[in-house]
Amino acid sequence: MTEFKGTSQYVVSESLLRSVNIAIALSKPLLIKGEPGTGKTMLAEAISEALGKKLLIWNVKSSTKAQDGLYVYDTVQRLYDSQFGGEGVSDVGRYIKLGKLGEAFRSEEQVILLIDEIDKADLEFPNDLLWELDKMEFYIPETGETIKAEQRPIVIITSNAEKELPDAFLRRCIFHYIAFPDREMMQQIIAAHFGALDEILLEETLRAFYLLREMPALVKKPSTSELLDWIQALRIGGIQPERIEKELPFAGVLLKKTEDMEAAEYHFSRGKGVKSGKNGVRW
Amino acid sequence: MFIDFFYLLRAHELEVSVNEWMTLMEALSKGLHQNSLLGFYYLTRGILIKTEADFDKFDGVFLEYFENVKNLDAIPAEFYEWLHDPKEMKPYDPNEVDARTTYDLDRLREMLKERLEEQHARHDGGQYWVGTGGTSVLGHSGYAGTGILVGGEGGRRHALQVAAEREFRDFREDNTLDLRSFQMAFRRLRQYTQQEDGPRDQLNLEETIKETGKNAGFLSLQFERPRENAVKVLLLFDSGGSMRPYSRICSQLFQAVDQANHFKDLKIYYFHNCVYEELYKEPSLVQDSAVSTLSVLNQLGREYKVIFVGDASMALSELYRVGGAISYQHYNEETGLTWLQRIHARFDRTIWFNPIPREYWPYDYGADSIRIIGQTFPMEHLSAEGLARGLKSLIAAR
Repeated sequence: MTEFKGTSQYVVSESLLRSVNIAIALSKPLLIKGEPGTGKTMLAEAISEALGKKLLIWNVKSSTKAQDGLYVYDTVQRLYDSQFGGEGVSDVGRYIKLGKLGEAFRSEEQVILLIDEIDKADLEFPNDLLWELDKMEFYIPETGETIKAEQRPIVIITSNAEKELPDAFLRRCIFHYIAFPDREMMQQIIAAHFGALDEILLEETLRAFYLLREMPALVKKPSTSELLDWIQALRIGGIQPERIEKELPFAGVLLKKTEDMEAAEYHFSRGKGVKSGKNGVRW
Repeated sequence: MFIDFFYLLRAHELEVSVNEWMTLMEALSKGLHQNSLLGFYYLTRGILIKTEADFDKFDGVFLEYFENVKNLDAIPAEFYEWLHDPKEMKPYDPNEVDARTTYDLDRLREMLKERLEEQHARHDGGQYWVGTGGTSVLGHSGYAGTGILVGGEGGRRHALQVAAEREFRDFREDNTLDLRSFQMAFRRLRQYTQQEDGPRDQLNLEETIKETGKNAGFLSLQFERPRENAVKVLLLFDSGGSMRPYSRICSQLFQAVDQANHFKDLKIYYFHNCVYEELYKEPSLVQDSAVSTLSVLNQLGREYKVIFVGDASMALSELYRVGGAISYQHYNEETGLTWLQRIHARFDRTIWFNPIPREYWPYDYGADSIRIIGQTFPMEHLSAEGLARGLKSLIAAR
């Protein structure tokens, strides 16, 4: 049986590991929900790497239709070709272009299909894919062809919970919620990315980070990926660990909104009487 | 199997469907629970529960159902050490194993309790002690027909322990009205129309055929504009002192609206208790940010959906008297009610969201003004439900 064990770059919690393997064993789509920046998209990459299978990514946008994932019939091209008497116009198949889902079904080897940010699309979008994800096949009326998966792809679906997904769709998925990593887990994640870090640096960084996250006034809480960027910036900048506590160097890497910067400044400066500095917020 | 658990879940309003249950049964028959309660916990949660808001409820039910298994928690750590690295199994001897398959759970529990008291070392391959590779009914990686699985995969962290942590308590829906539910509600505020502007980039097949036919078969492609959300919103926030207790919920509502990028246009203004000649661009209501209410109204078409957020609680003079505005510096030439009625008449759809729960409206400090304003504007409680209903009324056909 195919089993996912995580990779050196991607730290998986035990529960996520189980969910992934359950989904693979039952060949059901795995629906991953969680705060932005908890590594939902990276999970698919990690699975692909660990299992040595090809990864197909279907990025869903607000304008994406379910049909786009199956196939697109390029009418305009065909009309143009017919105008100028191009060859093979009578062959409809030439104008059928498979989408990501179609590609995944067509593939001779089992692939990983990532349907990224499914909640971005229209409310009806997931419902339009029920049959296709269930049976792993679809019919192209234009050519009378049925595309059926030889090897059921491993389907990973991510959602930021911007929209509620329909029940019928949910019932067909294995669900996993990635909770925001706690300190211990975060240390593992950092270690996976940077190897052994200076302990004081790590300590100070995490302290400031979780302090920030606990501030209720923040509009956009910094996430894991921002923390990793921040550590990178601190390392490149050669910042002394002691300074992290006093100032917040490169705060812009963590906080993306002006009001959050101000809130952080206000929050930390209370009682410490420190002014705003050049390199970031001082307190 | 576990059919009681299924009904227990449903009794707790966890809408588990038969399909999902069958999936769980399939998973169990494939051994995906890896013979441990922790594995079983993650398996059932992954298959049956589809929102983190229900995790806490699920944990509660799981605990309730499996609590009687909990005494296995008491297994001392050294037992797990003895059970680590299972020993290779002995050749299978059906006579020896089958004789012992008749023990019922009570008997097995009793046996486990005895062993826990008398066992002080590792024992593998035998039939009496808790161990591996043998025919003992206690342990793992052995032959026993029925027995109590002790240790093995996932054994060290017990499922009941995970469930007992109930770490998802925060997500319970009945407990919070969070930003997300606001966003979700506002996403319903959509009305698709053929836009009047924007690029024509969608092929209109019917028109193309028609035009091509007219063109004596010479291809003439016809494009149209795609459908887009045409909803425009005017949001008016009460930023007065009596709104302070609701500042959290209002700030979340504000964020949800502000982040919703699907509106064609969004205008946000603030007022103090009631709307008069001036609206404010800043919640602080400083004079610098004041704009003339009339000029705002004149700029906006009838199609703007007007959303008021306020407690509608004020002295009746603020509604009824010229010069009755609460702000001392401000002398209003027209009564507050005149202004409210003007706004109501100016737009097709309006709604007033009140953070005070509906049941208190008749008794609250502002009961009179709530009633009067409620005669002009449809009013809803600012809750997930009220919000959904109110927003729906903004786009519903009349």
